[in-house]
Amino acid sequence: MENAGSAPHYLTAREAGLVSCTTCGRVHPAGDEICLRCGAALASRDTQSLQKVWAWWLAGIIAFVPANTYPMLRTATLGKETESTLLGGIVQLLDYGSVGIAAIVFFASIVIPASKFVAIAYLALGVGRPSRISTHRRHQIYEVVEFVGRWSMIDVFVVAILTALVQLGSAASIHPGIAAVSFAVSVAFTMLSAQSFDPRLIWDADKDHPA
Amino acid sequence: MTQIVMLAITGTILMITAISFPFLTIERLGLRQQASVIDTVLAYSDGLMVPLSLAMAALIVILPLTRLAAILYTVAPMALGHRPARGAAQAFRLAEHLKPWAMAEVFLVGVAVALVKVSGLATLSIGPSFWAFAGLVVITVLKDNYMSSLIIWKTLEARRIT
Repeated sequence: MENAGSAPHYLTAREAGLVSCTTCGRVHPAGDEICLRCGAALASRDTQSLQKVWAWWLAGIIAFVPANTYPMLRTATLGKETESTLLGGIVQLLDYGSVGIAAIVFFASIVIPASKFVAIAYLALGVGRPSRISTHRRHQIYEVVEFVGRWSMIDVFVVAILTALVQLGSAASIHPGIAAVSFAVSVAFTMLSAQSFDPRLIWDADKDHPA
Repeated sequence: MTQIVMLAITGTILMITAISFPFLTIERLGLRQQASVIDTVLAYSDGLMVPLSLAMAALIVILPLTRLAAILYTVAPMALGHRPARGAAQAFRLAEHLKPWAMAEVFLVGVAVALVKVSGLATLSIGPSFWAFAGLVVITVLKDNYMSSLIIWKTLEARRIT
């Protein structure tokens, strides 16, 4: 980190009087509304970005609560029925001795969603005020958040496969619990929240408040 | 460009194979149960969870196929040296926007987790479509590595004007 103290100056398209296309990357003179190359709508900044981010974020958090408290799976083995939640399923995997798989599920279904909520909130709150973390680093955080979100769907797929597979009448059968639905909804909402965020807003914050 | 076309065609064939054959089979106490990808999608089809069934179908099968089709539509004419097809820009834009929502590879990791969970409960065997699906994931990753969207956009633009 050669210039940890002062951020290097870079020119944004907005300052240069240009507007860039978020889909294909072509730049146009400011004021153009349709990209000439790919036909996407152009906007120098998405002014409603933060509103959308917070709306999806809140919806995601609300759905995340029942996803963790209600049962994910109902397993009936020889007349005996047990229900297991998200965490219960991970504990069960640990009992089988598959530490690696348990770790994957734990990361995908608990660590990633929880840290996504924190990261999106942090980025959204950071817009419009100076931050100790450089704009470049915050863009990296955004990229990671966007990339990693879809992997949280693992547990929903696991439940679906188990349900389809384990239908052995009285010997053993598995049914999905309501938490599967709320979990899927929560993951979708957080993905939408991350996608609504306009990462270009990160640059503006520091331009308005030079360090 | 040709590589992308080949990989996309392979992916489409593998996807169709993956849907049509049994995926996994389990046995316990003399009872057998087969499950295909379609059964997996239909797992949520009772009562309240029907919308989730539709979402699963979209995430695992429909969106990956749509992406493959859109990419083929955009790239194939250019790989053969023709001008881009009408609406190629829209098609490629669709493919780019669908990228995060096509979750075939996430599904495969889900299968691995499910295998471990079931292994304590019953004996199971892997069907042909499991391998097709695994192949599909490898192909998708390769294709996304070969494909530079910036170059495709530039080629689209250059070919359209002339």
